[in-house]
Amino acid sequence: MNKFRTDLHEHLDAVWDGASIAVGGFGSSGRPDALLNALSDLGKKDLHLYVNNVGDDFTGIGRLVMEGRVRRLTGSFPVLPEFYDEYFAGRVELELIPQGTLAERMRAGGAGIAAFFTPSGAETMLSDGTFPASYSGGTPGELLPAKEERVFDGRAHVLEYGIKADFGLVKAQQADPKGNLRFHLSARNFNPLAAMSGRTTFVEVERLVDTGSLDPDDIHLPGVFVDHVVMTAAPIPADLPRRAASLQKG
Amino acid sequence: MSMTNTESPRITGRTRDEIAQRLAADLVDGYTVNLGVGIPLAVPQHIPADREVFLQSENGILGLGPAPEPGAEDPDLTNAGKQPTSMIPGGAIVDSATSFAIIRGGHLDVTILGALQVSEAGDLANWYVPGRNPAVGGAMDLVAGTPQVWVCMEHVDRHGQPKLVRECTFPLTGRGVVTRVYTDLAVFHVIDGVLTLVECAAGITPEDVRLRTAADYIEAVPA
Repeated sequence: MNKFRTDLHEHLDAVWDGASIAVGGFGSSGRPDALLNALSDLGKKDLHLYVNNVGDDFTGIGRLVMEGRVRRLTGSFPVLPEFYDEYFAGRVELELIPQGTLAERMRAGGAGIAAFFTPSGAETMLSDGTFPASYSGGTPGELLPAKEERVFDGRAHVLEYGIKADFGLVKAQQADPKGNLRFHLSARNFNPLAAMSGRTTFVEVERLVDTGSLDPDDIHLPGVFVDHVVMTAAPIPADLPRRAASLQKG
Repeated sequence: MSMTNTESPRITGRTRDEIAQRLAADLVDGYTVNLGVGIPLAVPQHIPADREVFLQSENGILGLGPAPEPGAEDPDLTNAGKQPTSMIPGGAIVDSATSFAIIRGGHLDVTILGALQVSEAGDLANWYVPGRNPAVGGAMDLVAGTPQVWVCMEHVDRHGQPKLVRECTFPLTGRGVVTRVYTDLAVFHVIDGVLTLVECAAGITPEDVRLRTAADYIEAVPA
């Protein structure tokens, strides 16, 4: 079965309002901007994103946030000041978790592991039930629930749940028609994990290659985790920088 | 930085670069190390030439190199601070789950971090100043998993308040995780859970350190 798609919007329109989406990328490195911008263009909203960063710009995640399309973000390092404005104003919820916990929760969800115990974040305000997931009228609203704690080898660990996202959005360097992927340098980061976590996974790639041209030993992520592959270049709207600039000022 | 505490006369210890240099002198040949932002980023340039130290970056790089020459940047090769970087021969790329398996699984030798506060029990606060924008990144994984956590920081904050304290007042990154502290004035080790002064910087006396430290500690400075 050939997983290459020419009409990105037609296939990505399967994402429903309110969907949960695991997204690859570390800052703008390896971030699937074409897919994320297409979600904006399609008018998707009320999304729950699992993504490490918002990034420091208004493309991709930043654009979805500034257009009010994100209900909740689960990540470790949002960065973008305007994201926090939205958070403190009560327009987006933040589930702040350690970066390694996010990576492992994505991997676990995709690997059929319901939950696991990790020492990361034990005995901190990210596990004791005091961190505000949302604000209302300038004061904390919902608090992140306290995490179940257990001691292993004399050290406190907390229970974390695998993430089974409705969709995965991924950027890769090369894909073949079977959906086998290769990534490039540190742009790999969360991408294989977001692909595993998503029940349906979309991939944008820089280069399409023929079946059989990737050595089986050199495939970073097999196509079994991938459903739809598109080329990157076309779908980014030409007026995006201007729109981002106006958002920044507004 | 000037001392505002009138009881503590102005003294001059190590500069931020000299703190990094002092810490680098303790790195052992063959170590794999993760660097946080701030003073830790100055450590690599001071690693003695006869020692090979492998640098890890949380976004999946083993064998981090120096900043690339202008024009040689690759948008697909960035460090934990999202800046363009390079790799040394023998380096490797992994995904984020494997990167944190390295970190959390205890496969690094040392994590070098800055700090807001360190307590006498080795508690670390370095991720969040209440009222500011919360972000944690990999800090809690790094301190949870790395056998040695070395902090380099100024001995007092910009208001002259000690950063080595009895109990951290800022939110914790991890409890009882710090093993060494390098400041402009001194070096401390946490030995069996007890903060211990092991060295004063040149021109600094144990009394100078005592005046600027809120934590309880014992002194084991060679005469």
